[in-house]
Amino acid sequence: MATQTRVSHRHVLDLDIFSQNEIEEMLDTADSMKEILSREIKQVPTLRGRTVVNMFYEDSTRTRISFELAARALSANVVNFTARGSSVEKGESLIDTVRTLQALGADIIVIRHKQSGAPYLVAQHFAGAVLNAGDGWHAHPTQALLDLFTIREQLGHIEGCKVVIVGDILHSRVARSNIWGLTKMRARVTLCAPPTLIGPTRFWKANWPELDIIYDLDAALEGADVVMALRLQKERQQSGLLPSLREYNRYFALTAERLAELGDDVLVMHPGPMNEGVEIMPEVAVAPQSVIETQVTNGVAMRMALLYRLAS
Amino acid sequence: MTNEKQILSAEEIRRSLTRIAHEIAERNEGVQNVILVGIRRRGVPLARRIAAALADFEGQQVPIGQLDITLYRDDLHMRGPAPLVRKTEIQADITQRVVVLVDDVLYTGRTVRAALDALADLGRPMCIQLAVLVDRGHRELPIRADFVGKNVPTSREERVEVRLSEVDDEPDQVTIVRSE
Repeated sequence: MATQTRVSHRHVLDLDIFSQNEIEEMLDTADSMKEILSREIKQVPTLRGRTVVNMFYEDSTRTRISFELAARALSANVVNFTARGSSVEKGESLIDTVRTLQALGADIIVIRHKQSGAPYLVAQHFAGAVLNAGDGWHAHPTQALLDLFTIREQLGHIEGCKVVIVGDILHSRVARSNIWGLTKMRARVTLCAPPTLIGPTRFWKANWPELDIIYDLDAALEGADVVMALRLQKERQQSGLLPSLREYNRYFALTAERLAELGDDVLVMHPGPMNEGVEIMPEVAVAPQSVIETQVTNGVAMRMALLYRLAS
Repeated sequence: MTNEKQILSAEEIRRSLTRIAHEIAERNEGVQNVILVGIRRRGVPLARRIAAALADFEGQQVPIGQLDITLYRDDLHMRGPAPLVRKTEIQADITQRVVVLVDDVLYTGRTVRAALDALADLGRPMCIQLAVLVDRGHRELPIRADFVGKNVPTSREERVEVRLSEVDDEPDQVTIVRSE
């Protein structure tokens, strides 16, 4: 057997502890999983008899369904747990819930929580594996991996690509995990947003000196291979971080004009759900350069790869 | 101390594969309905070589596929970290075709069992046949090969090492290694 790096982490809580080789290996595994999804029978017996619990303390469509389809494609038993309608409403704590799920035979917990760090707490109290499906403003590693997978699949490589992340970076777990992943894979990353939605430059530069931070979108987009728009939550305006959504749209949205400037070879990405007409115009979301739906499809393959890795 | 003994030279490998190709054509009365499916990794270059031999004397290019059986293994929970999953690529539809599975060494039969399950998920072949370069015995399942390059009696303590220039960056040979 050839010696290869092995992803030996017991949990996937963020991409910070993944090396470039480990990420590369996860992307290769996802590529193999994608073939299974193209078959008539989209299922392999690998995780038969294992139980995956999706614990979603926050609403989600694509991530939850994507995890559920991924677990089923590997023949695992899937249990969907939502805070609503559970003992959480009677005041059961997260830790007690995890202990209960463990006693019920859960092997893998997939957790989405609005509190940053919640998956780390779960990992301390659970004997199986924990997969972070998004925690607060902190991390969303499976989204970042599927974004990396999509970039590599579409462009053939990640290293050296110029990736512009535009939007509410300050509050975005997608941005943070993508910055970890993209910089590990040696992409050139540019952040673009109004200063109030980026946060202190000092923080970014201290952790990733190679990041470019540009407040003017047209300048940021120059020479971009990939542009990733982030969802702008409407509450941001109420909290005074933005003068108006219309102004945000004028200066920071992906519009048909900006897309025309970028040319035919650029990739337009968005982690969803989109606010069409705010950070991205409807015609851009469905333009030939848009791989937003491909991201969703690739999400299932990527999560199969992660569940497979964590199950052994 | 280890000692390593050659059991097939490059030339013998070539002759075995040519003979297997002839036997496949003979058994199936030609190769018009045959698909060769190599089990990753070393079954794949072997399938290619058999296909090249068939193209040579049957004048027909037989479709080749590659099968990764990792996700169908029965020992995943017993091993350490999960082995790498490589891609299964079979372009042609296998339903109603004669699938000849190709692998380097037949030992316990568990890999072939996994390959049979994997094929069943891809379609319903008319029949499945098995070609191996070396059969070393010690079956743990009721499986036998249809086409065998060489039968080699071994003990369980020995290892059979197949080296193929395409994947190993070394000249072709099969050796038997005994650790003492």
